[in-house]
Amino acid sequence: MTDVEETTTTLPLERKCPFSPPPEYERLRTESPISRVGLPSGQTAWALTRLDDIREMLSSPHFSSDRQNPSFPMMVARQIRREDKPFRPSLIAMDPPEHSRARRDVVGEFTVKRMKALQPRIQQIVDEHIDALLAGPRPADLVQALSLPVPSLVICELLGVPYADHEFFQTCSSKMLSREVTVEERMTAFEQLESYLDELVTKKEADATEDDLLGRQILKQREAGDADHGELVGLAFLLLIAGHETTANMISLGTVTLLENPDQLAKIKADPGKTLAAIEELLRVFTIAETATSRFATADVEIGGTLIRAGEGVVGLSNAGNHDPDGFENPDTFDIERGARHHVAFGFGVHQCLGQNLARLELQIVFDTLFRRVPGIRIAVPVDELPFKHDSTIYGLHALPVTW
Amino acid sequence: MKIIADTGKCVGAGQCVLTDPDLFDQSEDDGTVIVLNAEPEGDEAEENARTAVHICPGQALSLA
Repeated sequence: MTDVEETTTTLPLERKCPFSPPPEYERLRTESPISRVGLPSGQTAWALTRLDDIREMLSSPHFSSDRQNPSFPMMVARQIRREDKPFRPSLIAMDPPEHSRARRDVVGEFTVKRMKALQPRIQQIVDEHIDALLAGPRPADLVQALSLPVPSLVICELLGVPYADHEFFQTCSSKMLSREVTVEERMTAFEQLESYLDELVTKKEADATEDDLLGRQILKQREAGDADHGELVGLAFLLLIAGHETTANMISLGTVTLLENPDQLAKIKADPGKTLAAIEELLRVFTIAETATSRFATADVEIGGTLIRAGEGVVGLSNAGNHDPDGFENPDTFDIERGARHHVAFGFGVHQCLGQNLARLELQIVFDTLFRRVPGIRIAVPVDELPFKHDSTIYGLHALPVTW
Repeated sequence: MKIIADTGKCVGAGQCVLTDPDLFDQSEDDGTVIVLNAEPEGDEAEENARTAVHICPGQALSLA
């Protein structure tokens, strides 16, 4: 399909300051809040920049998440599967009513109460990694010492994936999310991780126990008489990637931001009761997983006064929405006491992040423990030399040298 | 003020429980909302109910 429509803006737009959204977002929101943009896939789509429009689009039943549909707006070149290897169903790519059923099957694993029950084990994991950090050489890379291993271990234990394989799945994950690799490299990483999880689920099916999430899902499916191997592989894939990569990046970005804002850090050190509010603010200001809020229209529908026609793609620029002055007063100010929980960093609508309460808990334990046990922690290089992930679908830090 | 929950629309995100665990809980089975106190009294509880309605991703909560 040749798209001859001319657009003046092509996504993704670049962050000029590592702590702020791309400056172009403000211009778009002011001059053309719902505009036609070009995408790296060669497609053209609508870009939404106002908070209310994004929330409305994400909660409308007239938009689809089906990533296999050619109308879905892709931020990287589309991956084509061989016909004998169809894509596994994944929660993020399903629509109601199939999505509603599939999400209900697993969401009970992620309730606020279930997450709280994990607190002692997460605290232990964090303490062990801070012990090792303090015993090791200075400077140390916080990404490798804490940010990446903590959520990786937690999600491995929850799912029942051997942590010994972490280098393999972390490498696959970063290749899949990189904008710098070729389509073939990305596809290879995808297929390798999928084959690995296919085998793992097969092993678990032979000896399913209540000890881990995948085992419990297998037993639950059997009891209901609707065993679905492919769906379990898709679920394992999504939870493993989303469960470690996003939280890891927020640990690193949050640590840098709090160290760069000592007045704000002092407030949570004095009163850890403020940490959760600080986490909501960090989620808002960074909005690291912006491409999760893309959809395409399944009917002609009006959003914010603009007619979106059936089949047109829409990219909800959630980082623009999270800096919309109509949604947040002084949106560019980092204020841990803002108390604004209506941001869309976890998305909105039926697909809002399944693991959000696990992410909040991990971030809370990490920040409280890190700044209490390593009070003298500081960044070991000038901030403008830090390798921010401008090249990845999920924003974050490749490395974070710290000393104390 | 009366809180009305539509469990058919609930997506189990738990945002309401985070907002006020005295007003809301989640089903252990499928994560859907359980209203513990449908008639909040006092400024703080009423404000929490309004926040929960506003941030509910499935728009499963309303006030009457």
